[in-house]
Amino acid sequence: MMNAQLTAIETAARVRSGDMTAVEALAQSQAAVTARDADVRAFLHLTDDRAAEQADRVDAQVAQGQDPGPLAGVPIAIKDNMCTRGAPTTCSSKMLEGWKPPYDATVVSRLEAAGALVVGKTNLDEFAMGSSTENSAFGPTRNPHDLTRVPGGSSGGSAAAVAAGFVPLSLGSDTGGSIRQPAALCGVVGFKPTYGAVSRYGLIAFASSLDQIGPFASTVADAALCFDTIGGHDPRDATSIPSAIPSAAAALGNGVAGKRIGIIDELMGEGIDDDVRARVEQAAAALADAGATVERVSVPATIYGLAAYYLIAPAEASSNLARYDGVRYGQRVDGVNVEEMNAATRTAGFGDEVKRRIMLGTYALSSGYYDAYYGKAQRVRTLIANEFAQAYSSFDLLMSPTSPSTAFELGAKSDPMSLYMCDVCTIPSNLVGHPALSVPFGVGDDGLPVGVQLLAPLLGDDELFAAGQVLEDANPTDATASGSEIRGEVRP
Amino acid sequence: MSELPDGWEMVIGLEVHVELATQTKLFCPCANAFGDEPNTNICPTCLGLPGSLPVPNAQAIDYAMTLGHALGCTVAGSVFARKNYFYPDMPKDYQTTQYEHPTNENGSITLGDGTVIGVERAHIEEDTGKSTHLGGGGRIHDATATLVDYNRAGVPLVEVVSRPEMRSADQARAYVSELRDILLATGVSDARMEEGSMRVDANVSVRPVGSDELRTRCELKNINSMRSLGRAINYEARRHVDLYESGQSPNQQTRHWDEDGGRSTPGRSKEDADDYRYFACPDLPPLVPTDEEMQAIRAGLPVLPAARRQALADATGIEAGQAVLAVERGLDALAIAAVRAGAPGDVVIKHVDQNLSDGAGQLDGPMLAKLVGLEVSGALSATQVKTVLGELVASGGDPADVAASMGFEAMDSSELATLLDQLIADNPDEWQRFTEGDTKVQGFFVGQIMKATQGKADGKIVNQLMKERSSG
Repeated sequence: MMNAQLTAIETAARVRSGDMTAVEALAQSQAAVTARDADVRAFLHLTDDRAAEQADRVDAQVAQGQDPGPLAGVPIAIKDNMCTRGAPTTCSSKMLEGWKPPYDATVVSRLEAAGALVVGKTNLDEFAMGSSTENSAFGPTRNPHDLTRVPGGSSGGSAAAVAAGFVPLSLGSDTGGSIRQPAALCGVVGFKPTYGAVSRYGLIAFASSLDQIGPFASTVADAALCFDTIGGHDPRDATSIPSAIPSAAAALGNGVAGKRIGIIDELMGEGIDDDVRARVEQAAAALADAGATVERVSVPATIYGLAAYYLIAPAEASSNLARYDGVRYGQRVDGVNVEEMNAATRTAGFGDEVKRRIMLGTYALSSGYYDAYYGKAQRVRTLIANEFAQAYSSFDLLMSPTSPSTAFELGAKSDPMSLYMCDVCTIPSNLVGHPALSVPFGVGDDGLPVGVQLLAPLLGDDELFAAGQVLEDANPTDATASGSEIRGEVRP
Repeated sequence: MSELPDGWEMVIGLEVHVELATQTKLFCPCANAFGDEPNTNICPTCLGLPGSLPVPNAQAIDYAMTLGHALGCTVAGSVFARKNYFYPDMPKDYQTTQYEHPTNENGSITLGDGTVIGVERAHIEEDTGKSTHLGGGGRIHDATATLVDYNRAGVPLVEVVSRPEMRSADQARAYVSELRDILLATGVSDARMEEGSMRVDANVSVRPVGSDELRTRCELKNINSMRSLGRAINYEARRHVDLYESGQSPNQQTRHWDEDGGRSTPGRSKEDADDYRYFACPDLPPLVPTDEEMQAIRAGLPVLPAARRQALADATGIEAGQAVLAVERGLDALAIAAVRAGAPGDVVIKHVDQNLSDGAGQLDGPMLAKLVGLEVSGALSATQVKTVLGELVASGGDPADVAASMGFEAMDSSELATLLDQLIADNPDEWQRFTEGDTKVQGFFVGQIMKATQGKADGKIVNQLMKERSSG
């Protein structure tokens, strides 16, 4: 958008053909970061040496007539909750400040094997808990469209890095909307794959049954290429789907003719801003114009998604985050005995939101409360899955807003509940493991991007890219190439 | 202190942690090895590093199901759960175990004497690391520093939980011994208590004989040998009786067995025990064994000790309870072969139990049968038989040839009678005592004759002759 940057596909094509070197592609990305990341603050750490080595390797392969892969020379940013060997991986938490993992996440290995250049690690809400990237121990990221606004979260850094033109591709993780909501707020494409389609090995867990890694991109086709590269079975992740994942790139251009698409009633009413709702209706009309049948459909249990999510996700988090005890790695605050050391370390190392969720989750799993909270939430999850299954007996795809509103001001949502409400449209997909894609579609009354969410049943990932491309082509304000001005003042 | 005062009985349940003899750990490819340099068999997964994930070891699951079948359990699909509590040698601060849906439930172990002890469950879980507490009393609470070795973290365990159906320390030892035999027979574990690959915790309570109540129990930990197991249970049960008899009652707690001091000391109180917040582990899909897998496991099961004891009893005519040692030593097949070759079962079992504690070596069933034949016919004395047996174990051969090569020929009983008469004449006082019923001097006469014949005499014939002389 703010930079007439090449797409990932264009970059890789040029590098593979020798029209451009990977070193040049890296230099362009680094120049953009140098110019504007002091304002945006998308990155926590830059991995210049690693990227430079990889660029040299890619260029050497091209020089030797070898194919470095489909992402040859493509700069990519990685959310800082995915392990990068020898490079800081902090989850935006003081708890892991200075920790350098001894191994790479599977997604990172796959991207580099495909020729991508990992340029740095991006900011997030601490341990991916939040919807604004304000919960980072290292300060917030700002929305490149308006520096007084949040980029969304928790993958705000990765969304902003693409929106600001620092990189054509980045990775985020999505537990309740943490890819799709910041994608919507930053005006980029964001995709949460089917649970198990992308390996979680090396993704630092927030809520294991909900977490899924996915791409941010400036185009649907770039997101498809990235998904195809990182997806597929990984023997290191027992929840990884063993069968082949249908290629998203292969489905591009398929259109939506003859497809039945349902707009989820419950996500078009109260709590959704009028301008956002209007864009969704406009998007529905565009899909109808392209040959789809679009109707309203009721999925009543989706309204319970938020409540179920805020029991299940904290419960899993309370267990997943127990290991940060000061014994083996990360922060340690000494105490007179091991229990005191544990407590002092966790008190100092975790931020308020993380502590809040650990306490919520601990409570929800406690003896005597398990059935009423965690057990019931799991039953709601099943109920939602059943209702989605019923909806998909009549529809190929569903759609809704991605976020109830456009990007809000930093500090505007200081109470947790109003922030939690940001995820009302995105959470149901995580609870049932279904794929969902957020595509920019026009702007709100404030001129800021709006995202439309497309949903598909399990392993319907490829269909989402076909439909997403239709919306991309019909986008009334091509935010990703508008060259609009950065607005707002940078606060000190 | 092995018996409780009249009117009291013990109620004992055992939790036995068994390390499975897999090549690698339960959820990662690190070596499952005992005794290596600390922190050499470790990786991101068994260290619980951020971002690491577990992948189940198929061999471990197979072994666990094999053990389940061997214990007669219902073996079914299962779900891994997280048991959440903080401890420095547990890398994730939760233990991956099984809770609501264990792999094996409702089995039993049949002891040597035929007693059946119920097994509630035998579930799969990961081991913790090993802590060494420096300073203080060697326990975490007063340590100045703790060293942790994570080589053991993630080693596959099966926890075999008995029902509280044992009534004596001996029964508890017999249960553990039987479980160990089953583990060795199935090859599921090397079951070495001293190396910690089989660890026994004992839940002990007491109650008045005739009552079926379950009173407050204490869980005894740090039991490192069969000897400790017996001592610890007897000590603890007696402690409970003493408390009740002095008008007090025990607190439910975990207690630490102090082998050197011969006593148990209080550990954590169960009343303020952690709430473990069990829930299904979201990183591990449920285990759903296929029918083919189950059939293959059943087909691969060896004949188990209880069945072998019964087979030996059937073949030899002894009680199954007398077949324990023979089966434990793996000599049941040899004993059955000897009986099939014509030897009387009780004599065969006597040799297996008394003379073959180090195994049969080169000895086979037909050899043993032939040797027993020489013994029963009186051709060889008991002492000679023992000597020949030792040679057969060492080198094999034909028992008669071996005996001949050693110069063993049974002595003529008339020769023995002459010797005995001379001995009686030389020792009139001793003979008088013998005729008056003092059996202790019998050994004196037998010993003197053995000395005179250099062990060639048959002790049984000497006894017979002495009996004839005294009654005649």
